[in-house]
Amino acid sequence: MRYMLLIYDEETKVAKMSKPERGAIHQEYGEFIDDIRKKGAFLAGDPLQPTSTATTVRGKNGKTITTDGPFAETKEQLGGYFIVEAKNLDEAIAIAARIPSVRVGGSIEVRPIMEIDFSK
Amino acid sequence: MRIDEIFRTEYGRILATLIRVLGDFDVAEDALQEAFAAALERWPAAGLPANPVAWLIGTARHKAIDRLRRRTRLARKEAEIARHIELSTAEEEAPVPEDRLRLIFTCCHPALATEAQVALTLRTLGGLSTEEIARAFLVPASTMAQRLVRAKAKIRVARIPYEVPPDDALTGRLEAVLMVVYLVFNEGYAASFGDRLVRHDLCEQAIRLGRMLVELLPAHAEAKGLLALMLLHDSRRESRLDGAGEIVLLEEQDRTRWDRAQIDEGAALVEASLHDGGRPPGAYALQAAIAAIHAQAPTAVETDWTQIAALYGVLARVHSTPVVELNRAVAVAMSSGIERGLALVDDLERRGELAGYHLLPVARAELLRRLGRHAEAAQSYRGALALVNNDAERRHLEKRLREVVSSSSLR
Repeated sequence: MRYMLLIYDEETKVAKMSKPERGAIHQEYGEFIDDIRKKGAFLAGDPLQPTSTATTVRGKNGKTITTDGPFAETKEQLGGYFIVEAKNLDEAIAIAARIPSVRVGGSIEVRPIMEIDFSK
Repeated sequence: MRIDEIFRTEYGRILATLIRVLGDFDVAEDALQEAFAAALERWPAAGLPANPVAWLIGTARHKAIDRLRRRTRLARKEAEIARHIELSTAEEEAPVPEDRLRLIFTCCHPALATEAQVALTLRTLGGLSTEEIARAFLVPASTMAQRLVRAKAKIRVARIPYEVPPDDALTGRLEAVLMVVYLVFNEGYAASFGDRLVRHDLCEQAIRLGRMLVELLPAHAEAKGLLALMLLHDSRRESRLDGAGEIVLLEEQDRTRWDRAQIDEGAALVEASLHDGGRPPGAYALQAAIAAIHAQAPTAVETDWTQIAALYGVLARVHSTPVVELNRAVAVAMSSGIERGLALVDDLERRGELAGYHLLPVARAELLRRLGRHAEAAQSYRGALALVNNDAERRHLEKRLREVVSSSSLR
């Protein structure tokens, strides 16, 4: 059985962390990943860029509506995810717009993945 | 040409090229600031270089490289930019017209909030300072600075491409660009509050951007339509307010003070935008056509209201909004009888879509006043006064209210 573990943080709190505090968390993440990797549990995981870099893609009358900001409604629930490789945001939006849920009123939040090397 | 003139007219063009060459908004902006500072130091004594734009781009490039080299430890981002610059050749550094299109399409990308699109466009293509933009939009400078920083960070981190959209997406993306330009224009045109000089600067900026789009996208009729609309509205700027800053209605304006050259230019653009190879005219072209009829009428009573009403009818089909319906109702009143127009206004009021919009009771009051139904007109003026925000408009409505109240009490 595969499980998805969703990490919710208070962005402003994280941004205010001191360098040593941040370093400690960083190291802890590294150790945690090493450990679950050794136990064969790790499949994939990445930190995301902050919500200020997010874009929400919706469909309306067959047209794609793109807006600034994260997905903020509470009516819908997280139902799945894709990680895709795209040259730029336009390509990522174009792929997001093709996800079938968009056609039936779903929303897709497009968030860049942070490139971090935890082995360092 | 003087340095400040070059700054005003060439800032956007140079920055657009620098962003392409340097690959980053902030690096390009800082480098260009430094290059202008160097020009201020050198040009007064040494004279203007043969090609000031090329000199500024070359100098900015060197400043960017210097700055990157000064840093002892190159962060990843800087290393990337340095590599980018080293690889660029003189040919690549030459400004090309598409650079400004790349820049405006990036600034007006739908993944940015509209207010950020507006601010970024004015900052980069218009060369306005953060303080100037903040003053024009009546927000604190710190708020505006934060808005700009956040937008630039999103462009960088989420990788909004620095590209002219491909043909299949261009028309849709251009709509967003035209909307931003028109927002800038309206912000400058609509209000008589705040710093009037700054506000007229916004109209000039919008018209300059409109000209740029017409020049760079000649096949797109809606760009011509928008430029025509802005030129025609702006042609009346001298007569819209009297010496005391009070509003003068269109029918009472001194038409000799309208900018004839601008009206002619606007009218020619209207023709071009309406006859777009058989394609139906767009919303800007139609609004511009209506503005052209007003602008070309020798006197207010000679206005061709029948044609205006017909154009609003077409506009309501391509771009149906309650505000368009309201304007159409007024045109119908002027062309085929006040009562008929009033019936349309009442119909709109019943539908409730314009609840809270002060121009609906204003239109109703004006029509009732013309019919001599002063007591009802007074009631509508009072309704409008409860909704109006602009001081000059408020004073105008209060004056009208006093007039109808005294007329109704005389009877």
